[in-house]
Amino acid sequence: MTDLSAAAPSSSPHHRGGASLIAPDARTQARNAAERRFRRFGLSAVLLGLVALVVLLASVLGNGVSAFRQTYVILPVTLEASVLDKAGNRNPDEMKKVTTLGYGKLMQEALIAALAERGIDTGDLKPKEIMALLSKEAPADLRDAVLADPSLIGQSIAFPAFATSRVDGYFKGRVTMDSAARDANISPAQLQLADAMRAAGLIETRLNPGFLTRPDASELRPEAAGLGVAILGSAYMMLVVLVLSLPIGVAASIYLEELAPKNRWTDLIEINIANLAAVPSIVFGILALALFINIAGLPQSAPIVGGLVLTLMTLPTIIIATRASLKAVPPSIRDAALGVGASRMQTIFHHVLPLAMPGILTGTILGLARALGESAPLLLIGMVAFVRDFPAAPPAGFFDPASALPVQVYSWTQRADPAFAERASGAIIVLLVFLLSMNALAILLRRRFERRW
Amino acid sequence: MNAGLLLLLLAGLGALGFLAGRARALSLVRGDARGLHSLPGYYGQTVALFAVVPAFLLLLGWLLLQPVLVERSITAMILPADIASGSSRELVMADVRRIAEGMERLVATGALNEGELAALVPQPDLLKDRLSAAGVALAAPIQPHIAEAATAWRAEMALGQGLMALSVLAVAVTGFLWSLWRVAPGFRARNVVERFIRWMLIAASSIAILTTIGIIFSLVFESWHFFQLYPARDFFLSLTWSPKFGGGSDLGIWPLLWGTLYVSFIALLVAVPVGLMAAIYLSEYATPALRAVAKPAIEVLAGIPSIVYGLFALMTVGPFLRDWFARPMGLGDSSSSVMTAGVVMGIMLIPYVSSLSDDIINAVPQSLRDGSYGLGATQSETIRQVVFPAALPGIVGAILMAASRAIGETMIVVLGAGAAARLDLNPFEAMTTVTVKIVSQLTGDTEFASPETLVAFALGLTLFVFTLGLNILALGIVRKYREQYE
Repeated sequence: MTDLSAAAPSSSPHHRGGASLIAPDARTQARNAAERRFRRFGLSAVLLGLVALVVLLASVLGNGVSAFRQTYVILPVTLEASVLDKAGNRNPDEMKKVTTLGYGKLMQEALIAALAERGIDTGDLKPKEIMALLSKEAPADLRDAVLADPSLIGQSIAFPAFATSRVDGYFKGRVTMDSAARDANISPAQLQLADAMRAAGLIETRLNPGFLTRPDASELRPEAAGLGVAILGSAYMMLVVLVLSLPIGVAASIYLEELAPKNRWTDLIEINIANLAAVPSIVFGILALALFINIAGLPQSAPIVGGLVLTLMTLPTIIIATRASLKAVPPSIRDAALGVGASRMQTIFHHVLPLAMPGILTGTILGLARALGESAPLLLIGMVAFVRDFPAAPPAGFFDPASALPVQVYSWTQRADPAFAERASGAIIVLLVFLLSMNALAILLRRRFERRW
Repeated sequence: MNAGLLLLLLAGLGALGFLAGRARALSLVRGDARGLHSLPGYYGQTVALFAVVPAFLLLLGWLLLQPVLVERSITAMILPADIASGSSRELVMADVRRIAEGMERLVATGALNEGELAALVPQPDLLKDRLSAAGVALAAPIQPHIAEAATAWRAEMALGQGLMALSVLAVAVTGFLWSLWRVAPGFRARNVVERFIRWMLIAASSIAILTTIGIIFSLVFESWHFFQLYPARDFFLSLTWSPKFGGGSDLGIWPLLWGTLYVSFIALLVAVPVGLMAAIYLSEYATPALRAVAKPAIEVLAGIPSIVYGLFALMTVGPFLRDWFARPMGLGDSSSSVMTAGVVMGIMLIPYVSSLSDDIINAVPQSLRDGSYGLGATQSETIRQVVFPAALPGIVGAILMAASRAIGETMIVVLGAGAAARLDLNPFEAMTTVTVKIVSQLTGDTEFASPETLVAFALGLTLFVFTLGLNILALGIVRKYREQYE
């Protein structure tokens, strides 16, 4: 549009509506409004996606961060040799005869003595009800500590014992006086006592490393439940996946990308890989159940079975990534190697593969991250089982029952006590931290080693 | 000798083979490598490969086949009289297995030696006591014949282990000696090694085919089992799903299929408009800066594991929808509902739709847009009337892929949709899906004898066929569309 035409008076009889070129007519206005509307829709769709991401992460973080802190009763207890080690020779085998009941009694006396010493009024709570502020796991923990270090006997120590999940929930705002009045496991009087104990420094809330290191605990002791077995099980599975899927995936990609003739067989392989990438993960679980457990007789809940399924699921991802990075190596490299007399295999293994390695590793790490978060197939091979014992060291440990991080989340959501819901969110945070660091590593590798030709 | 030790031996043999082959090749030409056809290392590699690989494959095959064969021979030992009423051959076999494992544990912990164990077999009650002391609790008293079967099981397993070790070692040593004998200055070691490696590469790439065959085999085989116990007509036509583990259950697939499709439909209702509009905005309107931030951020949604979405549905979205929509509108009182699972799954699918559509929209040639602008169309008119129709086949493909993912998704519906199978239109009601029922029918159960567990395989087969069909359709559409502009 020129100044001339804009300045010219619109006196032409053909001009519709008689409007000027500067002031848009009604139809143009409508079209422009539609344009703006469309744009706004687009922008709001993008924002909606971002908001969904933020809400998702905020909800998980908000629910889960408190799982890393735990309420402890700091119990001053004197470990009487006359009770815990009657023979007096500090022999752990003989000391094992004192059961958790014996330790429980000791702790109960110590707790009541500590309350009396600080002048805390226990009202008409019975000693048993006072003891109920402590986790049922606490005597066992004390026993383990003493058996691990018999020299503690005879000393007075301040033992940090888990408070029961209701007391923990009270200080985290999950349990209120109202809900306690309706709860058979805790009473408002007990919570008042907990308040007094906190004022006296007998109860404090602090970081709980046990959440990452302890094994799962039973339905009644959520405060003692940890992710130790799940993290170890997941690590074992990732080891199996890495060891199997990296060589197999790289070998398959080399064949398909560098050597394969164009024929029916390779077509069939290509179609299969594309389809396997889209098969629902639960179907892989059915395959593992039927093939690895029922026919091959591998044990249930074992990391080896989980690792094998996840390998099959990860293979397509790794193959696709590896082929892309093999393709990115320029043909001139191959031509040069072939030109100086290298064989086909020497060209690939001495030149192409090393150049493609960073891309392959990045793809593998991303594949592993995907496998780490996968839970559906693991449910079917029995990984939901309640496992308290740590699996042994590899390779025997690959056949021991274990749990896995995402599956642990699932099994915690299936339990009644709301304290487990908090722990499930906490476990998700741990899982996300692992995923985030794997992805960061992949990005770092790409930045550091990626070459552009 | 167990498999781990055998593997270690094989690795040692391989290393030895490499050194021996290399040394022999060099010594044949008195240390002058120029006299050899290939580099000396290749001679070593031939020996190592032929010593290790065939033996390793034999070991793998043996480990897979032995339990199957032993099971078959022991199953034949069980007489019809051993099978109590209400029991089945499979359950008796499970007992045999557990007894055998218990015996193994008794011997391994040193509680009994083989002689004492053999003496125990004719005294089932005593045996049962010893077994329960070792942690193997059995419900029914052991019948003498079953104890004998368990003994035979152990014997055959031990025999198999011995034979395996023997034959694997024999194969390894034969390969070792034969390839060492082949080493000669004129022997084309490099060609042999490369051909060998080539076959290994082919084998590795065929694992994809084996996996597919494994999936189809396990699904079809067990589904066929199921349809022998339960009429296929009822499975495909009945409108009720009420499994009873005592028997007499109604296993109609329709309520599950309805739940699956309903959840997927809502998910797509969320994901398709949002994903598509986001893709259009990011590829046509967004400034490079916004695109650089928003595109990866939306794709993060695709990298989050589905268990996280499941927990999000269970703890946040479900209660929110119940308190703000379902209860005020009087539509229900359940926090797990079709709506919960659908909305959350929709969020999960946004990046699938958006990144696939983004690629497709970007693939539409710029000349089409320029032509449209030249005719005076606004940008949105160009998108709606030129770019979108041109990209439509690809977008349909992307939506179909998202649909197949929605149908196969498990964790979100397990945690968000509920477990009650019903045919209902109310989206705030808990319903269940095919994947939920696969999980609930199979979790913690490995004795596939009843239709109630076997039905999971028929459900899995249905799911597999559904998703495979959708994917093939989607791939076909996308591929056809690509040819248009290339």
